[in-house]
Amino acid sequence: MLTVLVDYDSGNLHSAEKAFQRMASETGSGSVIVSSKPEDVARADRIVLPGDGAFPACKKQLFDYSGLYEAIENAVIKKARPFMGICIGMQMMATRGLEYEITPGFNWIPGDVVRITPSDPSMKVPHMGWNDLILDSPHPVLDGLTTGNHAYFVHSYHFVVRDSAHRLAHCDYGGDITAIVGRDNMIGTQFHPEKSQAAGLRLISNFLQWNP
Amino acid sequence: MLKTRIIPCLDVADGRVVKGVNFVDLIDAGDPVESARAYDAAGADELCFLDIHATHENRGTMYDLATRTAEQCFMPLTIGGGVRTTEDVRDLLLAGADKVSFNSAAVADPDVVARAADRFGSQCIVVAIDAKTVSPGKWEIFTHGGRKSTGIDAVEFAKTVTAKGAGEILLTSMDRDGTRAGFNLPLTRAIADAVSIPVIASGGVGTLQHLVDGVFEGHASAVLAASIFHFGEYTIREAKEYMAKAGIAMRLE
Repeated sequence: MLTVLVDYDSGNLHSAEKAFQRMASETGSGSVIVSSKPEDVARADRIVLPGDGAFPACKKQLFDYSGLYEAIENAVIKKARPFMGICIGMQMMATRGLEYEITPGFNWIPGDVVRITPSDPSMKVPHMGWNDLILDSPHPVLDGLTTGNHAYFVHSYHFVVRDSAHRLAHCDYGGDITAIVGRDNMIGTQFHPEKSQAAGLRLISNFLQWNP
Repeated sequence: MLKTRIIPCLDVADGRVVKGVNFVDLIDAGDPVESARAYDAAGADELCFLDIHATHENRGTMYDLATRTAEQCFMPLTIGGGVRTTEDVRDLLLAGADKVSFNSAAVADPDVVARAADRFGSQCIVVAIDAKTVSPGKWEIFTHGGRKSTGIDAVEFAKTVTAKGAGEILLTSMDRDGTRAGFNLPLTRAIADAVSIPVIASGGVGTLQHLVDGVFEGHASAVLAASIFHFGEYTIREAKEYMAKAGIAMRLE
């Protein structure tokens, strides 16, 4: 069993790597590596796509690695390997990102990534810190998590899904913020599970044992 | 609902905690990683390391600390002190920091904030502002540990770095730092109300009520404290329960 964290120069993968390695070791889920190589993605049993920063920059950096996105798409769409997107990695699953400019996403989960506009204008953007999750529908990766568990968010844009069935959890920040999306063999978290202490580690552990 | 954060800050010099953490039985109270683990277990919402003697020669010890902390604490970690260039930001992020804080370098050249935010995203760029009262309702930026006056208005500077792409402001009142007399609330409020990004209040905490005041009176999104936690006067849990009782949304799980 091999889990690949895709590295495309988008921020710090160190803690994500350590969190996935720790939970892989605790659950006997094989090895976890960080790689930018399409051939590693091709042989991976599970794929994790992180991402920090702005949507257009992340998308460009990912596509600057020749063959990397194609390898991800082939593994996730054709071979149905379990996939987890984190933060911008989750947002790129959308149809479009509207940060600075319109950027096409992977279009795996229909919807747009738009700026957070809290109903109360005194609320700060970025949405930064711990917010409690409200689970919308049960999912194997959410096993053991309950409404009220906290996760660590830091983002200024959020994923508005077109089909509410694709939203697995949300939180409230002057309106609904999509926290987790999912469909078939893919899941995405707006928050950082590798920074979310016990609840985050539980989610990672569930993902590593998920057989969709 | 988003929770107000409590952030313990550890002053680090040459890889050692300057004032040891004494609230638990640590084998080595001067080891920042051990202290970080203790705060992780205690339910702190984030951690902050401040390299107070940052020099080019000793940067390596901070990278090593960031790496070892990120391996063991799955919570957000901010590192500041001596950060001058986007390369410094990159090195700290790669070592394991989640956010990096500019201080004097942002005063000397606010565009460094823009360059770092463009490259790494606003979410990981903090600007630490050290301000002193110069006349009632007027605060000025001081650098070099509060020794050097700049003539720059703190509120205007906060707006400038926000426009440059800072994701958060760590605001320290130099008048209050170390006094245990509470945050400088008018200063905190003036800046929190002037910018659209979160402001962390720092400097002067002596009681749990001071933390509450920082949020209610100062409009801070997060509160940072050092000595009241390091010396075991209050636990993180006690602080959170006190704030929750006062009506502030806190993460208590």
